[in-house]
Amino acid sequence: MAELRTETMTVNMGPQHPSTHGVLRLVLELDGETIKSCMPTIGYLHTGIEKTAEQKKWQQVVPLVERMDYLAAQSNSLAYVLGVEKLLGLEMPQRVKDIRVLIAELQRMASHLVWIGTHAMEIGAVSMLFYAIRERELLMNINELVAGFRFFPSYFRVGGLREDLPRGFHEAVNAFLDRFPGKIDEFEGLLTKNDMFLRRTQGVGVITLDEALAWGLVGPIARGSGSDYDVRRYFPYSGYETYQFDVPTATEGDVFARYRVRVEEMRQSVRIARQALQRISPSGSWACDDPRVVPPPKDKVYTEMEALIQHFLIYSQGFTVPAGDAYVPVEGPRGEHGCYIVSDGTNRPWRVKMRPPSFMAIQALPKIIENGMIADVIAVIGSTDVVMGDCDR
Amino acid sequence: MDATSIINTLAPLMPDVSYESGQSVDFATIYVPAPSLVETCRALRDTPSLRFNVLLEVTAADYLPREPRFEVVYHLLSIPNRLRLRVKVRVGSNEIDGVVPTVQSVWPAAGWPEREVWDMFGIVFAGHTDLRRLLMPEDWEGHPARKDYPVQIRKAAQTYEPLEVTEDEFKANIERDRLKRAH
Repeated sequence: MAELRTETMTVNMGPQHPSTHGVLRLVLELDGETIKSCMPTIGYLHTGIEKTAEQKKWQQVVPLVERMDYLAAQSNSLAYVLGVEKLLGLEMPQRVKDIRVLIAELQRMASHLVWIGTHAMEIGAVSMLFYAIRERELLMNINELVAGFRFFPSYFRVGGLREDLPRGFHEAVNAFLDRFPGKIDEFEGLLTKNDMFLRRTQGVGVITLDEALAWGLVGPIARGSGSDYDVRRYFPYSGYETYQFDVPTATEGDVFARYRVRVEEMRQSVRIARQALQRISPSGSWACDDPRVVPPPKDKVYTEMEALIQHFLIYSQGFTVPAGDAYVPVEGPRGEHGCYIVSDGTNRPWRVKMRPPSFMAIQALPKIIENGMIADVIAVIGSTDVVMGDCDR
Repeated sequence: MDATSIINTLAPLMPDVSYESGQSVDFATIYVPAPSLVETCRALRDTPSLRFNVLLEVTAADYLPREPRFEVVYHLLSIPNRLRLRVKVRVGSNEIDGVVPTVQSVWPAAGWPEREVWDMFGIVFAGHTDLRRLLMPEDWEGHPARKDYPVQIRKAAQTYEPLEVTEDEFKANIERDRLKRAH
């Protein structure tokens, strides 16, 4: 009998596919159900934020960069404000550093909650999404309490914070931190030993440590393959060196290893957040005392001429930043979030560039999924936790 | 490790290249001449006292009207030695000195970031395997991150003529693709 002539089939997955986390388009070449080649196409969410940032004053860029990685808004703005503060040579009071650490960890939990909900939903555990989003709602409420905005609080400012913590902040965060570890146990009870979840994730989408590092995947993906690199440990910022926490790792490098790393990261975030909350006094300084950047207190603005002039200058023409460039990395939920800032000495940035972890993850996607099954593509995209706003900017 | 000691480590390995250290407020910055970029990067990756095994990003900045106009910036990370390094290459805007060699052979991660730099700044990476538009549409004109590219711009929507082929052409295309795949 003559051999059957078979042909590969090219399938367009996305850009409106519900499990591609936004508008990622994959052109897949299939041989039956096996993926022969994969070509990601990005750019559908490109909004030119970096170009827009060059037209704004330094402080006005904060809300812009928060809209890049929209699930980890405050991780973007933390990298940006730390970069500008590095160029200005500002040192923050201890209380500001502690609040920033606390907010950054709450942001990490919120981002990981969206990840665990959507990742589990896409591979069949639909109810997981509701449990995860319910917890995230409490974190959104905390954001609203702090800044009046749930998604993009813009609470971090160059020179400190936007304002002091509101009344009832400690109680709200404490209530969440008391409740959340039990909820992580519930999530794990649903997934970690679930036979169907294990079969969809174990041994799927394997990437070795050397490959992960060569493709620039520093973050949870590399930690799932055995790296212990975490910016908070290797290059501490905002006083992370004074906190007790572990960097969770796994060695298998598959989807399940990345799942275990991120779940354990949520527990470590709770640990850091508890330590930070203990250190933060209910009231105190919430900005540095540099008059170039931080406007004077309102009672002085209404009584002193110089303070009024300074207030007017900061709000009308902004402040200038010494010429130079700086790259400041922070550990975002998706890996190393870095902000490269160039200043020419004026009141507007010359260039603002984010290092997007999702961009690198999507670049390496063909490496991970080629020669796998088409059903595993969904599991792999979920496990890399890509956000298209971060990728396309 | 500051820029001077990195240059001193590199100097015996790359005898005829002159490096420059750059001003920085965070970590070491070195300027590398474009023709010797790939060999320098390989030395940075493989020398035991440096071991820059991760390329974090490739980006550029447009310093119009300065000449040479662009700086391509590579951020490197050495996990074993807990080091960071910024490598800069000065690039002009004309066809002779507006070209940088690709470092894809050293770090495969350079592929997309270099494509993005070409897309946004129009800096050509010689030897790149797939230098196409990445973030902008394929038929976009100009390079938007350049300083002389207008911010407020109105462009007519791009339209496409529907592809019309006869039945014979259609069959010929299918057959051609099949033969191409068979090889």
